Amino acid sequence: MKFNSKSKSLLAALAIALLLLPFVTEALLGRGWVRIVDFAMLYIMLALGLNIVVGLAGLLDLGYIAFFAVGAYCYALTGSPHLALAFPMAFPDGVHLSFWIVLPLAALVAGGFGVLLGAPTLRLRGDYLAIVTLGFGEIIRIFLNNLNAPINLTNGPQGIGRIDPVSVASVPLNITQNIFGIALPSVHLYFYLFLACTVLVILVSQRLERSRIGRAWMAIREDEIAAGAMGINTRNLKLLAFAMGAMFGGASGALFAGFQGFVSPESFSLMESIMVLCMVVLGGMGNIAGVILGGVLLAVLPEVLRHGVVPLQQALFGKTVVDPESLRMLLFGGALIVMMLYRPAGLLPSRVRRRELDTDEAAEKV
Amino acid sequence: MSSRFIRSLLITAVMLILPGCEKSPTVEQSTSGELVVRIGASAPLTGPQAHIGKDNESGTRMAIEDANAKGIVIGGRKVRFELISEDDQADPKTATIVAQKLVDNKVSGVIGHLNSGTSIPASRIYHDNGIVQISPSATAVEFTANGYKTAFRVMANDAQQGRVLGGYATMKLAAKKIAVIDDRTGYGQGLADEFIKSAQANGAQIVAREYTNDKAYDFTAVLTAVKGKQPDLLFFAGMDPQAGPMAKQLKALALNLKFMMGDGGYTPQFIKLAGDAAEGAYASLPGVPLDKMPGGKEFETRFVAKYQPIQLYAPYCYDAVNVMIAAMQKADSAEPAKYLPVLAGISHDGVTAKIQFDEKGDLKGGAITLYQVQQGKWQPLETLGAVKQD
Amino acid sequence: MEILLQQIINGLVQGSVYALVALGYTMVYGILGLINFAHGEVVMIGAMLALSALTALLGLGAPPALALPLSLVLAMAGCMALGYGIERIAYRPLRHAPRLAPLITAIGLSIVLQNLAMMIWGREYHSFPQLIANTPHNFGGAIINDIQIIIFVMALAIMAGLMVVVHRTRLGRAMRAVAENQHAAQLMGVDINRVISLTFILGSALAAVAGLMVSANYGLAHYYMGFLLGLKAFTAAVLGGIGNLRGAMLGGLLLGLIESLGAGYIGDLTGGFMGSNYQDVFAFFVLIAVLVFRPSGLLGERIAERA
Repeated sequence: MKFNSKSKSLLAALAIALLLLPFVTEALLGRGWVRIVDFAMLYIMLALGLNIVVGLAGLLDLGYIAFFAVGAYCYALTGSPHLALAFPMAFPDGVHLSFWIVLPLAALVAGGFGVLLGAPTLRLRGDYLAIVTLGFGEIIRIFLNNLNAPINLTNGPQGIGRIDPVSVASVPLNITQNIFGIALPSVHLYFYLFLACTVLVILVSQRLERSRIGRAWMAIREDEIAAGAMGINTRNLKLLAFAMGAMFGGASGALFAGFQGFVSPESFSLMESIMVLCMVVLGGMGNIAGVILGGVLLAVLPEVLRHGVVPLQQALFGKTVVDPESLRMLLFGGALIVMMLYRPAGLLPSRVRRRELDTDEAAEKV
Repeated sequence: MSSRFIRSLLITAVMLILPGCEKSPTVEQSTSGELVVRIGASAPLTGPQAHIGKDNESGTRMAIEDANAKGIVIGGRKVRFELISEDDQADPKTATIVAQKLVDNKVSGVIGHLNSGTSIPASRIYHDNGIVQISPSATAVEFTANGYKTAFRVMANDAQQGRVLGGYATMKLAAKKIAVIDDRTGYGQGLADEFIKSAQANGAQIVAREYTNDKAYDFTAVLTAVKGKQPDLLFFAGMDPQAGPMAKQLKALALNLKFMMGDGGYTPQFIKLAGDAAEGAYASLPGVPLDKMPGGKEFETRFVAKYQPIQLYAPYCYDAVNVMIAAMQKADSAEPAKYLPVLAGISHDGVTAKIQFDEKGDLKGGAITLYQVQQGKWQPLETLGAVKQD
Repeated sequence: MEILLQQIINGLVQGSVYALVALGYTMVYGILGLINFAHGEVVMIGAMLALSALTALLGLGAPPALALPLSLVLAMAGCMALGYGIERIAYRPLRHAPRLAPLITAIGLSIVLQNLAMMIWGREYHSFPQLIANTPHNFGGAIINDIQIIIFVMALAIMAGLMVVVHRTRLGRAMRAVAENQHAAQLMGVDINRVISLTFILGSALAAVAGLMVSANYGLAHYYMGFLLGLKAFTAAVLGGIGNLRGAMLGGLLLGLIESLGAGYIGDLTGGFMGSNYQDVFAFFVLIAVLVFRPSGLLGERIAERA
């Protein structure tokens, strides 16, 4: 990585902007928006994980949220009193492992599930893969929803509550902390935690993309048979893509569980998988900056519309004509269509992809 | 790292800040010295449960309009109540965002949420900010089990209702072999489990335990499986969009048994969807029948005239607002910290029941009324009085 | 024995609805190679339109025997227009875009249609008037009623009709040509835009029929009913081999059977460990098993993936 002075100063400006972001957001918009920004960070991590599978390796995954769920339940089970219900003898107070032990564990378990999903689907392509991954996502959700019997493992649809908050150096993040004389509310503290994780995920993604593995994934995406002929072990690399993507998902799931303090299967529905996929495609598959933009946009847009629909109508018609809640999701769907029609390759398409598109069109014209 | 990359990140950061342009006012407009008290409300207003969520919102809105018409005075100032209603999409994550937004808007109390799955994660945020939350319809035992002093409900919980229903099915309806279907939601699971416990304790045998989901409309497969076990009563723990078609399919498959539901089935919509198959079905509803309560009938007439027939929980929302306002009046303050202890010890005559809370914030006593469809209408059978608490 | 027979009947009835909707997915996929995610919503709009038309006609005093077919025709007309519009707005501009772009517009459309329906028809569940005398017939101890027989027969008839259209008519030949190779078809003088539009129109007409059937059978209509049905039908189409008409029919019927037999017998098979709550898990496991051994579905013929 080389930095010229211009990009160095840009980077510094960005760092300061991000550090101040929760304060600025709270001052301008209120604390609710800091929470929305926190969720946007989680979505960015998820979208970057899915980007490995869909954007780099070209494997269409419609069940990605399952890995998020696996990670979330890993921490919910090992960081709450819940297991006391199922195993009162072994764990009278439940299990309370430190978040920092569970985090890598959650990533590993999710990665294992990634391989589990990858193995039977190696021969499948395109839309057949899409439906199997969709099914996989649903299977995980259904198991989580029903494993309250015969032994109460997940507490079924009622979900697991009272999950321990994340602590950094034995400072719990769920209450306001005074650090260097600055009062930092819980949502701010989580913001910095998520920011650190997101930066880490971005760095890993970037390195992966430029590594031998990343190039091999892209080769598989472009032409699996040719990639195999060039000596790439397509089976292992495809499994690795699933596992890596799943690990990102699992880690963000554990963060989610600690942040929310409550998990239930409702949070891991098919619609969530679709949303994350939309973030990746809308932002620009295979391009990290694009994926980040997509994640922020789709996480924030519904909330902007929540706040904006009524004032907008007031401004246009002088009164509220349509029930704001009906209009909100309608506009959201409309925005998806319009953005895609104007930027079919995503808002910030990757350079490789853009080149491909140009040649495609050139071939078309011949 | 290219500067293009950093620039796009910067754009992203700006996008996060941009929405500030349409910020909503959080300052209290105290024109002519009146005090503005904001009350938050949250329920799913989009998605498959939107019809029940809208009903909740209407119930809340009516109570607030009534209070404004009465000209209530708190702390020597005339009060204008303002409703801030938000859509939580029945999604736990959105619920916490909504909760934080309501907190930001400095609400004095919150009526919501509709589901247990949203009420529970949101309750933590209300608790941390010291804001009173009264759920009109969350029934999971877990909701008040977190030890949050700010969480209340004006609805019997699953344990209270399941116990009464199980007892009624076995003792009054003399069911010996019972089949149970739940809709695999937090509500359905909780109610079904408690029902089974109670029915078994009373000597009935659970011959079939089947499941469906809250988006299904074809139950022929599970009902056929139930038919094979020849039960004399079927208990369904779920909501009316499923209960209606289920009753219809029961009839089509010629299953002759008693059909029983919890509060999720006690709606005019159940009768509409089930048609003549609704006849004879049983359902329960916490509280006393509206027309037996002072002001109940009048509430119903006014509500129907203003909005639409009551779907389900509108009266409970109405009560929740009123009990909250009553506590504010009694404490002479709309500050949550001041009226919270008053609310915890209040005794208020609502349209659904006499409302008193126990130390957890659950409804004390918890009278539950059983209804049956007779000639195409829900008719109250009997009210099972105060159930013993354990 | 009666129970097994009853489960098979349940499965076949449910399956024929899946099959009808799956045909719509598969036709579009065969020609364009894209998943029309909004197809489930077209079914919902069809049901809603039929309900509105029916209520209006009955209100005008039309006899049920006239009102029912007339409202079906109106719903079909509405859906055909909608299908045409969907293709023009969301898919045609993206025909040469990256493969996933139309998927996103489809999801966007799906959200738009759902919320539009919510604004027009409201949030509540509507009951669908029962117009066909629903006499139950005893069939070897199992029960089947008139509407169910009509649904099953109509699904088979529509399927047969569609086969005739695709294999015996000029339009069908053009459709097959476009599916095979768009450029070659164009060079041969096929107006591909027209053929694609007609495919969408035909698929949407089938969706309207399916919507009316679902509503008449279960007696309800709701703005959210399309999502799950669309998902199931899509699964059915893949199971049978997407892009293949007979595959859609087979996949639909099979999925219906798998679901009802699964719900009925999983409990006995697993010794009570799992019950009907794992019905969908069972269905997806069968799907995965089929795809592991036949990666392009039961009757799938396409070998290479289209770019």
